[in-house]
Amino acid sequence: MGKAIEIQGGMTLKQKLIQMNWGLVLLIGLIAGVGFIALYSAANGSLNPWASRQIARFAVCLVGMMVIALIDVRVWYRAAYPLYALGFILLVIVEAMGHIGMGAQRWIDLGFMKLQPSELMKIVVVMALARYFHVATLDDMKRFKFLIPPALLIGAPVGLVLLQPDLGTSLMIIMAGAAMFFIAGASKWLFIGGIAGTAAIIPLAWQFGLHDYQKQRVRTFLDPESDPLGAGYHITQSKIALGSGGIEGRGFLKGTQSHLNFLPEKQTDFIFTLWAEEWGLLGGVFLLALFGLTFLYAGWIAFRCRHAFGRFMAFGLMVNFSLYVFINVAMVMGLIPVVGAPLPLISYGGTAMLAAMIGFGLIMSCNIHRDSKLPRM
Amino acid sequence: MKKDNDRIESFTRRAFIVGALQCTFLTVLGGRLAWLQVAQGSKYKTLAENNRINLKMIAPSRGKIVDRFGTALAVNDQNFRVLIVPEQAHDMEKVLSSLQKLIDLSQRDIKKVLKQVEKQAAFVPLEVKDNLNWEDVARIEVHLPDLPGVSIDVGEIRTYPYGAATAHLVGYVGAVSRSELSDDPVLSLPGFKIGKTGIEKVYDEKLRGTAGTAEVEVNVVGREVRELKRHSGKTGAKVKLSIDTDLQIYTQERLATEQSASAVIMDVHTGAVYALSSSPSFDPNLFTRGLSAEKWEEMLADPGLPLNNKAVGGQYPPGSTFKMVTALAALEEGKITRNKSVYCPGHYDYGDDRFHCWKRGGHGRVDLIDALAESCDTFFYEIATDIGIDKLAEYAYKLGLGQKLAFELAEERPGLMPSKGWKMGQFGESWQPGETIVASIGQGYILSTPLQLAVMTSRLVNGGFAVKPWVVGYTGRQAGQQGNWPKLGFQDRHLELIIKGMNRVVGHPDGTAFASQIDHEAFKMGGKTGTAQVKRITMADRLEGVQNSDLPWKYRHHALFVGYAPVSSPRYACAVVVEHGGSGSGTAAPIARDILRKTQERDPASKPMSADGMEQADGTPPVRKAQHEGRANG
Repeated sequence: MGKAIEIQGGMTLKQKLIQMNWGLVLLIGLIAGVGFIALYSAANGSLNPWASRQIARFAVCLVGMMVIALIDVRVWYRAAYPLYALGFILLVIVEAMGHIGMGAQRWIDLGFMKLQPSELMKIVVVMALARYFHVATLDDMKRFKFLIPPALLIGAPVGLVLLQPDLGTSLMIIMAGAAMFFIAGASKWLFIGGIAGTAAIIPLAWQFGLHDYQKQRVRTFLDPESDPLGAGYHITQSKIALGSGGIEGRGFLKGTQSHLNFLPEKQTDFIFTLWAEEWGLLGGVFLLALFGLTFLYAGWIAFRCRHAFGRFMAFGLMVNFSLYVFINVAMVMGLIPVVGAPLPLISYGGTAMLAAMIGFGLIMSCNIHRDSKLPRM
Repeated sequence: MKKDNDRIESFTRRAFIVGALQCTFLTVLGGRLAWLQVAQGSKYKTLAENNRINLKMIAPSRGKIVDRFGTALAVNDQNFRVLIVPEQAHDMEKVLSSLQKLIDLSQRDIKKVLKQVEKQAAFVPLEVKDNLNWEDVARIEVHLPDLPGVSIDVGEIRTYPYGAATAHLVGYVGAVSRSELSDDPVLSLPGFKIGKTGIEKVYDEKLRGTAGTAEVEVNVVGREVRELKRHSGKTGAKVKLSIDTDLQIYTQERLATEQSASAVIMDVHTGAVYALSSSPSFDPNLFTRGLSAEKWEEMLADPGLPLNNKAVGGQYPPGSTFKMVTALAALEEGKITRNKSVYCPGHYDYGDDRFHCWKRGGHGRVDLIDALAESCDTFFYEIATDIGIDKLAEYAYKLGLGQKLAFELAEERPGLMPSKGWKMGQFGESWQPGETIVASIGQGYILSTPLQLAVMTSRLVNGGFAVKPWVVGYTGRQAGQQGNWPKLGFQDRHLELIIKGMNRVVGHPDGTAFASQIDHEAFKMGGKTGTAQVKRITMADRLEGVQNSDLPWKYRHHALFVGYAPVSSPRYACAVVVEHGGSGSGTAAPIARDILRKTQERDPASKPMSADGMEQADGTPPVRKAQHEGRANG
């Protein structure tokens, strides 16, 4: 069999297109559409500078997502480790010579966009773990030695990302990785122990591991009103904006808090606030429901998949995506400290959109090629 | 296969656990959103109403300008303004008319306020009147309950305690004009003032300071709710002048006896300017407090040009005060020796032209010292063509004439020292020997400022050092431009000869300024008189014997005197120019005598300046002290 057939996985393009999860594409389009509306409003009723570029980016990413979805899952299976290695190298590069931005080195300037390798790393970690666990029996999962390599797969990038320093991203990689361990069948005592261990480590980390700005964020989270014009400003302003939205919202383009620039980074991290201020509880719940349906859809794809690799990868990517949503929304509502995480598909920005769409492409590839025969062992 | 099913079962079970967790999270988020937006919605809505933070710029305090003893010459006084907030006043006209009963408020002022009401939001305070005195403030304060919306606001206003006496030197501040706007955002603050003339202008950036900021919370429509944070900015640097204020006041008053005059007193060694006056003067406080159109017209119409600083910007033919330049050039170039003598019959013939000496009968036989002491023109006529205009220009230049001297006032002008090249460039004509003859006694094209004449005198009597004048001693803690002056390379015996002649101008009965001796042995002065023609004396005038003092004021001669003291060891140099004063010996020399005497009595050179206490920004005590001293000494 030629390479083309291999990539197509023995199905015709037409068959694949029929198998494509158009419902999921629609959900993604709706979520992105919310983003366009919010960005249009963030620019005070203008497509420039954000909405128009976001739309263009989404169009490109949509095509990319479908291409990824159409590629046979076996290709992704084989590419899992090389891609992991590539992502890791990019991360090393950014650590070595990355730009300085917002007190942390996080991106590589590609000219047309600033690429954050840590975002791609979240995806390839899931892929590599899915690849590793694909061949694992439940007995394997009970063996401590068997779990050391996947722990290193998580630990190595986490270490690098911590060096950047980006605590939020490293925690997300750890959480996504932990979810992979869990669904692959690792002992539940491992998680109970892990949670207990983390609780024990937190005071030590506070003392030695955290940068001042990170400590400040946590302090601010605990008492945002203590410094209303300093670090607590974001949270306080965000809560005021959300609260003033009420049930029905202030109306499209009428969110005064966002438009009067009280809300910093309203087009990126705090876009949920802008949306919920203007569209109220109804709009906010609608958006959360869209996200919930997306999780559900992706979860369903994972269940349908006939091979472990696809199950793990689809589910892991879905968890990864949901982590973004939870962290961002919890942050703007003042439930967790400000960590600087975008709301995927909605926040203005290239890498986050790209990462989310790649993730969905891979999830859909798992669906289209759910019956593919993957090597055992 | 069983194993596979186990795995799938395990996966399913655990995936459901994760899914349940996700559901919980989503529910928590939705619940939190509902809590914020519904349960606490009204609380946050109120907060949002009150919640705008504006960044306001606060104008910095302008640095003070003080004299060499720390006496304040320019300070910031409190400026009391009465403001009115239209929406609180309700009936503006009624409130304003009750205000009119308390303070002096013209119908025009009221109309101006009422007109502005329509342009601005009703909560923005409007200025009704500024520069209120204490009585006005007290009266308004007492009646505040009956004046809804009225409030008193305290700002800063630039004040010049010595007013007209230091007006030309210190300058004044005024509103920023469009062309003066720069990158500094302070300049666009409403009511911000910058230096327009004098030291205020040249040192504006140093005096200005840096703006502070205040974060104020404003509500939906922009009303200020409260101030959150304030950075007060940095007060401008203090500028310390070499001026002796008492001497400055005395000089100003002494010059005021003439219609239009100016004078400079400086240190011949250091170049420090102790007094620099131009009369008539003006009150710079009028400019900061608002000048009436009539007063402005009056100042513009005054022939004495009160707004001009004539001490640095007035350009006059130096007349006979230029004779030292001619003498020095001739000696240095070897054209004459100290034994050179000339017979003066009252005129000098060159070709077909006759050049008259000021003394109709002539001086008889004179040598260089006599020629300087008695100001014989013929002596200089005769040696002039031998020297040539270009050499004259060279020495004039070395002595500080015909150029700007990098003095710290923008009003400084260069004067003019002609040369062959200059005339060719200016008129396209070649230089005529007759013009050199005229130039040798400081007439013709030559123009000089009083400052330049003082510098020329200093350089002649300080041993031939190229001293330059300066008036700024310190800016903050940074010292001004005093320095080690290079030697000009003149021979000491030539300088001594000229000084001997200048000493005789005042000290010898034949000298032109003998009548203006200082009758105090230690304070004796030397110098040179000058009487510069403004209008050509025609042959008809000579025949008719027209007296210059009979002519209309503007055709009379300028009276000049350059002097130094004490003769035993010159320390102070002065230049006095009385516009249309008649004669140097009659008008300028007595003024120079008085101010040089006063200078030596005060002896500012013996009290060196320091940058001590520069850090202190508070102002009032030195002013009070200075005024007290001023009265005691003056």
